[in-house]
Amino acid sequence: MTPLKERLVQLEVLRYNPDTDTEAHFQRYEVMCQEEWVVLDALNKIKADIDPTLNYRWSCHMAVCGSCGMMINGEPKLSCHAFLRSYEGVIRVEPLAHFPVERDLVTAPDDFMEKLKRIKPYIIPKEKKPISEGEYKQTPAQLMKFRQYSMCINCMLCYAACPQYGLTPDFIGPAALTLAHRYNLDSRDGGRKERQEVVATHEGVWECTFVGACSEVCPAHVDPASALQQMKITSSIDWIVEHLVPGGKS
Amino acid sequence: MSRRPLVRECPPTTWYFRQPRYLRYMSREITSIFIGAYCVLLVVGLQRLAAGPAAWEGFLTALKSPASIVFQFLCLVAAVYHAATWFNATQKAMPIQIGEDFVPGNLISGAHYAAWAVLSLVVLFLAGVF
Repeated sequence: MTPLKERLVQLEVLRYNPDTDTEAHFQRYEVMCQEEWVVLDALNKIKADIDPTLNYRWSCHMAVCGSCGMMINGEPKLSCHAFLRSYEGVIRVEPLAHFPVERDLVTAPDDFMEKLKRIKPYIIPKEKKPISEGEYKQTPAQLMKFRQYSMCINCMLCYAACPQYGLTPDFIGPAALTLAHRYNLDSRDGGRKERQEVVATHEGVWECTFVGACSEVCPAHVDPASALQQMKITSSIDWIVEHLVPGGKS
Repeated sequence: MSRRPLVRECPPTTWYFRQPRYLRYMSREITSIFIGAYCVLLVVGLQRLAAGPAAWEGFLTALKSPASIVFQFLCLVAAVYHAATWFNATQKAMPIQIGEDFVPGNLISGAHYAAWAVLSLVVLFLAGVF
């Protein structure tokens, strides 16, 4: 069997220790890596062989769990999905932008989790029925209507890419609003009106200026930008019906 | 152990230099300045028209000055860029589902380009170009 190619990789990693540091600083590591490795592999090698104090999150190593999001050369990426061969020179690794840094590459997702709760990311049945009446049925066409938006892995790369979220932290943000859209489009759901109290506000979809970066960085091809633009249209129609159509109710 | 997370602010005036995609976004936003300025020009034209034939002729002469032609050219470039990015975005905002499948996005954007071409021809026809 042909031996795997190796190369020396230089990584510049942002370090922050809340117990001793007042500011973050970059630390450079040189580590021998196999050509097929991803940035996460290089970090694991550093932690195992060079510096066990380096902190970062990861779990599945297959772009499913959404834990290992980082800024790699300024771009939000899953580090398990960022191949070393795609980079030349020193690779700069930082924690996800727009989130407070807990330690090294670990960020605090509290704000996102709180916003996720606010949009009620679960089915609110139109009419509740007892289990004895059977399941809520759905056709394949009804499923396809929202399927793409259900693929979100909550990795928060879209928040790190969104300058609106960085500048206006009150913004509910791409992933949470997209999940609201996913449930609004679900034929089994009747909770759109409740979600509109969060969605159709300044800090909801109207804070989005359609930079589109969220969709470009999404590793699951969810396309949050499309969900937000569609919600702007439906929210506008609601407003027109409520304010301009005689007897209209949103 | 208490938490002491480090907050790194997003620089409010230089953030768009961080990524080429942000510069593309800002360039699209800036086109609105030219489009707004051209709207002002049209309003001034209407006002000149209402002021009488001499004022209108003066306005038309001013439009033919080199500076005015450069300005109008820049406005045209900005409007075309703005329109193209807008039409390209329509497929995201207005997906069309038929059965289990979605109409390809380039058909939706293409329909907008086609409508744009037809309407432009109508405007040129009404202006007596043909």
